[in-house]
Amino acid sequence: MKMFLKLAMALALVFSFAHAEAAELLNGAGATFPYPVYSAWAFDYNKVTGTRLNYQSIGSGGGIRQITERTVDFGASDAPLTPEQLGKDRLLQFPAVMGGVVPVVTIPGVKAGELKLDSNAVCNIYLGELKYWDDNRIKSLNPKVNLPHSGINVVHRSDGSGTTAIFTNYLSGVCPAWKNKVGAGTSVKWPVGIGGKGNEGVANYTKRTPNSIGYVEFAYAEQNKLSYTLLKNPAGNFVEPNFKTFEDAAATANFDPKKHFDLWLVNAPGKHAWPIAGATFILLAKEKTDSNKKVVKFFDWAFSNGDKKAKELVYVPLPKSLKDKIRAYWKANGI
Amino acid sequence: MPRTAKKNPVDNIFSLVTAAASFSVIILIIGILYVLVSESSLAIGRFGIWKFLSSTDWDPVKESFGALTNVYGTAFTTLLSLVIAIPVAIGIAIFVTEISPNFLKGPIGAAIELLAAIPSIIYGMWGLFTLSPIMSNHIEPFLKKIFGSVPLVGILFQGTPMGIDILTASVILSIMIIPFTASISRDSFNLTPSVVKESAYAIGATKWEVVKNVVIPYSKLGVFGGIVLSLGRALGETMAVAFVLGNNHRITTSLFDAAATITVTLANEFAEADTDIYLSSLFYLALVLFVMSFITLAIAKFFLLRAEKKYSR
Amino acid sequence: MTREQIRKTEGIIALTLSTLAAFLGLFWLVFILGDVLVHGIKALKLSLFLNDPAPPGVEGGGLRNAFVGQLLITVCATLIGVPVGVLGGTFLAEYARGRRIARLISVLSDIMVSVPSIVIGTFIYAVLVRPIGHFNGWAGAVALSIIMIPVVLRTTEDMLSLVPWTLREAAFALGAPYYKVITQVVYRGAATGILTGILLSIARVAGETAPLLFTSFNNSFFSVDMKQPVASLTVTIFQYAMGPYDNWHAQAWAAAFVITVFILLLTITGRLIIKWRYK
Repeated sequence: MKMFLKLAMALALVFSFAHAEAAELLNGAGATFPYPVYSAWAFDYNKVTGTRLNYQSIGSGGGIRQITERTVDFGASDAPLTPEQLGKDRLLQFPAVMGGVVPVVTIPGVKAGELKLDSNAVCNIYLGELKYWDDNRIKSLNPKVNLPHSGINVVHRSDGSGTTAIFTNYLSGVCPAWKNKVGAGTSVKWPVGIGGKGNEGVANYTKRTPNSIGYVEFAYAEQNKLSYTLLKNPAGNFVEPNFKTFEDAAATANFDPKKHFDLWLVNAPGKHAWPIAGATFILLAKEKTDSNKKVVKFFDWAFSNGDKKAKELVYVPLPKSLKDKIRAYWKANGI
Repeated sequence: MPRTAKKNPVDNIFSLVTAAASFSVIILIIGILYVLVSESSLAIGRFGIWKFLSSTDWDPVKESFGALTNVYGTAFTTLLSLVIAIPVAIGIAIFVTEISPNFLKGPIGAAIELLAAIPSIIYGMWGLFTLSPIMSNHIEPFLKKIFGSVPLVGILFQGTPMGIDILTASVILSIMIIPFTASISRDSFNLTPSVVKESAYAIGATKWEVVKNVVIPYSKLGVFGGIVLSLGRALGETMAVAFVLGNNHRITTSLFDAAATITVTLANEFAEADTDIYLSSLFYLALVLFVMSFITLAIAKFFLLRAEKKYSR
Repeated sequence: MTREQIRKTEGIIALTLSTLAAFLGLFWLVFILGDVLVHGIKALKLSLFLNDPAPPGVEGGGLRNAFVGQLLITVCATLIGVPVGVLGGTFLAEYARGRRIARLISVLSDIMVSVPSIVIGTFIYAVLVRPIGHFNGWAGAVALSIIMIPVVLRTTEDMLSLVPWTLREAAFALGAPYYKVITQVVYRGAATGILTGILLSIARVAGETAPLLFTSFNNSFFSVDMKQPVASLTVTIFQYAMGPYDNWHAQAWAAAFVITVFILLLTITGRLIIKWRYK
């Protein structure tokens, strides 16, 4: 017993020392959509400044919840909150980077970019009404692709997710049946399919399951070499998810600092616009001025130095004009 | 309590400290119950008790929540895993107590105990990477081919075998609970007085008849307690099933469908619920699980105590 | 077939099936451990223990933060759980021996041992995470200690009960107060047993994931500050195994290998001590 107490005291001592020399740590949590780029930025930022920015991808719903409860220094969400919601929870919001959500498929013999889908097909697949890959509604779009007569294994997100919010917003916009039955949100009541946790989980399940379809942030599709599909956009063109089509969608965006940049980028009218684009947002607690300054310092650094890294990971950096707007927004809110 | 020792001030303090430490168990149980009830009060107020338990809704957009899909998933996977585990566990117990040569008893007993010591996350991960592909490529198509068109039983084997489904989760759960059931059954079997067994042998019974007609009836209380204990364990298992269940909030009948258990829903959604009613509903689910497993475990304990009493007589 | 033959055949079938069942149990163990071993050793590198995680796509990351964090959380949980458990068990076996309250607490502890650990996680979130304002290592340690207390308490109670009553009486006869008898005579007699219980309870909590998910959370950097989120191996395994990157999977296997070996060694040590001391 005595020995135990001594051990306890010795350990307590060690911890108190270790504690004293702990360097600066910022905690963020939320969207999995930008996780690759945030963690890459944080990795570099740590090398430059020594500040550790711990970003955990737990889903946008989680980001909103945890910043609302003030358990983290910043939250991240792919779904912008409305000015009313922000006011109610005393939050600030700004976009950090843009990207696109892409449908990905694993069908034996079908390569990336081979399968063409329109909003009607995607919607009916996720409603559970289109059950087989060789259904006429898909076949007519893809006369040359050899589609198997096998059931479609639908994969979606199981957690509260901004990727889901962007995806369901897209579906609600183009498909009235979806809007009535399911609606849009960070997590919805899915009519069919299995749920993976995070973009990682969906990518993982889609990769492992034959004849499956899922939706992930484009960077995840690229890094995991998943086969993305082409989508028909509102202008009537089949477009491939890439920088150009994301930028085309972003070009139509008019972010308004007065509304805390609350804006969706789905179904953009651009001729070559990718229909499921979206920005991802950072949420700050209004009263936490100290930690906000440190978080903003990180994003200021990232805006100046992180564009190359973001592009490497297939995210669309914010245009310069928008970055200036955001910097002004920080100033206006006393950060 | 020794009456011989005189009361001494240090002794008083020490006895109070130990009393406080042991009462911490009661305080914790009451504390957990209190916190879960107060955190879920919002959801209890909105959905009531019966409506929450009987509703299949789990709709964060319309903010309507019910526990039934989760309870159903929990019950389905748990019962299925028991169906798989019980025969195997009892077989193991019979082997170790009655058949095995002495030199094998030790190693097999040790192996079973090691199986129980492997952390559940390892089971889950192994399930995802190793078992799930085996299930989806070999076992499930095979089952579907055999049973898929049999009337009645067929509905259990519909759909695409994906390997991320109720069956895979139940198989992993069953591997996890086999050690518990087996070791409790073994201990109960061992308690059968050898006089009784020997007299059965004396009148010409075969080994199996002794097991079937003497050992099992004699130890059924203990075995039953062990089974209920395993049930309680399986109810609360999280990580072993989180990887392979697919988190699907619907009532399904096929073993090849994804489902959601209370534990998996909590693991996936708890830190991520964005609205108050959503979080409160999750606490409510935790409360339901706590009550469910508490009652199950209490029943198990009741039977095990009765068995203990019977044997010690 | 005669009745005799039927009886014999039935017996042979039943006993063969039980033998098969036993080997099925062995088969699972070999299968799972073998799998963890093969994948784990392949991914085991020195850098795993020396480096902190790198972002996806950057080579050479490790899990130093998670190894240290796991150790830290487990040690802290032990520091809380063991004293409470041992003292609580002392009360049941000594001061309250034979009383109804001792019986009740003993039964409740047995139930608590199997209460779903994820429920304890939600409880701690409400008590130690939200009011404090952020995820923190202490919350994880307390959650684990709650799982530990009943285990240690019950083993201590059992082990103390095994110490012959006459031993205590001999000490009383010398005029020693009860607390001295307990700390100097009874504890000494039951030390190996209690130690075993502690080892096994550490083995039990070291592999827990569910109660850490929303308490100690995770941290992609090296941190030993228990007031902040602390990385743990188990939560990292969950994240990495569910993740899509091949090098994450490899690291998850390696982490699984390390934690399994650690826990099995603890368990085997515990069992060996029991065998050596009590048989």
